[in-house]
Amino acid sequence: MNTERFNAAELLAVIAARQLRDDTAVFAGVGVPLLAAALAKRRHAPRLTMVIEGGIIGPQIAPGRLPVSTNEMRAAHRATMLPGITDAFLFAQRGFVDVGFMGGAQIDQYGNINTSVLGPDYWHPKVRLPGTGGANDIASLCREVIIVTPHEKRRFVERVDFVTSPAWLRGDGTRRAAGLLFGGVSRVVTTLGILGFEPDSKRMRIEATHPGVTADVIRQNTGFALLEAAQIETTEPPSDDELEMLRSLDPERRFLG
Amino acid sequence: MGDPDLNPAEYDFIAARRRVEAKPKSAAEKLTSLEEAVGRVKDGDHLSVGGCLFSRTPLALVREVLRQRRRALTLSRNLTCTEGELLMAAGAVSRVVTAWMSIGLPWGVSKILRHYVETGAVALEEWSHLALGLRFRAGAMGVPFLPALTMLGSDLVGVGGLKTIQDPYTGETLAAVPALFPDVALIHVHRADVFGNCQIDGYPHMDADIARAATTVLVTTEEIVPEEETRRYPDRTVIPGLAVDALVHVPFGSFPHECYGLYEADYDHFAEYTAAIDARGPGAVGDYLERYVYGPPAWTDYLDLFGSERLALQAKRARELTR
Repeated sequence: MNTERFNAAELLAVIAARQLRDDTAVFAGVGVPLLAAALAKRRHAPRLTMVIEGGIIGPQIAPGRLPVSTNEMRAAHRATMLPGITDAFLFAQRGFVDVGFMGGAQIDQYGNINTSVLGPDYWHPKVRLPGTGGANDIASLCREVIIVTPHEKRRFVERVDFVTSPAWLRGDGTRRAAGLLFGGVSRVVTTLGILGFEPDSKRMRIEATHPGVTADVIRQNTGFALLEAAQIETTEPPSDDELEMLRSLDPERRFLG
Repeated sequence: MGDPDLNPAEYDFIAARRRVEAKPKSAAEKLTSLEEAVGRVKDGDHLSVGGCLFSRTPLALVREVLRQRRRALTLSRNLTCTEGELLMAAGAVSRVVTAWMSIGLPWGVSKILRHYVETGAVALEEWSHLALGLRFRAGAMGVPFLPALTMLGSDLVGVGGLKTIQDPYTGETLAAVPALFPDVALIHVHRADVFGNCQIDGYPHMDADIARAATTVLVTTEEIVPEEETRRYPDRTVIPGLAVDALVHVPFGSFPHECYGLYEADYDHFAEYTAAIDARGPGAVGDYLERYVYGPPAWTDYLDLFGSERLALQAKRARELTR
């Protein structure tokens, strides 16, 4: 892949933006997910509605004034409704939010995410991380969750130290059995490709590679055994047009690096 | 330390109702000083703080809690920011109930959070953002729990002692999110009349629920408006005077955090604060407390440390974003 044309954050934002369809609602956190949603809305999904954790529906993010938190004026710029945090999540519980975008410190072979603690004992952590915020709620309540993350071996672990945000739990029917009736992680967009889940076992599998990346490279950068889809696609690299539009959203390069 | 069991006092809806029944629900004037208002906070109390992260944080009230050297407090807040760090570093809190703690993405994982929680000095009880919102809402409603479809199946269940129930109608498994009835609510609002009828602009966060759930409600306001103003726009009132115990007029009462439409958060101040911690370790917060909390006697003296230009700049930025 021609790595001169774009960096990892730009690749993630463009590929993530393409996952969003028009006439849907997306729960987006700040950083690359918000940029991806804003890009999708400007490009191919003008009737996309963003829902933001701070209790914000339908904002129009001002280029150059990107929010660093989901709970500030920049995230609420020209919004259509400010229902409050609890009610924003209740819209998702009711079924109004099609897609949730998430990142994560650690992710396992069933798509479960840890953003709470590293180490075996929650009350005596080796490393205390910031915590769930709304990630657990997004993972539990949206119709579909898409994880967007750099692909690093230390992030992709066989078993997370702590399940902050549940995806398929231990696979098979365990998500449903826990009372999580809806949603689940459909895809993991990374800097190397796109991963999905085998329909029955819910184990992670390779579904697409970015140009110049092989399935072997993805395996080498993953801390557990990956399955493979029957056919592995190759993604289209970000176009000049996509990159230009994306960069115009973050002229300070606060999140694009 | 680190007892994962729920504290029954937090969800005992009968006792919580008795406490509200026993207190005066007065329509009298509530205006007072920060010192007098915060004098109601006792060592060991559970404080719930309004706003969210660096938005509409009642920092003048938090500063006064620190100045009065309260100890063994529990802090609950949906997303916890610098106010949580100050309370930890001052030795004021032994337990924090929250969904997330740090300042924000550009400043990384909070080193103060890491220091105090990893050493075991402070127990951090984590709930999902919605679950914590529902804890306050159940408190506001006066019920012991609310059913929800969140937090199920995750390891968060074991942290705060969340229980599940079977839906009596469909038989499905639901989270029974327990009420949270704090002792004291600390709230900052845009405007109030002298009777404590409070109005908030922009995103409401969880303040109205927190105020109803708490036993004692302390409010700071950017502006005191005539009673006639409240009566002209009663639909904008989100906390009624009858629920408010003390009200203090504190312009820029959230600074350097933001107040919707009035001033944006001072990112530069966050950067200076975290740079000092990066350079000198957690002890840097002790110096910060001396300079910004224990040193300046009044909130206006505190604001003078930032200077009027900095306040005016953040006010201008807020107007640009919300007009």
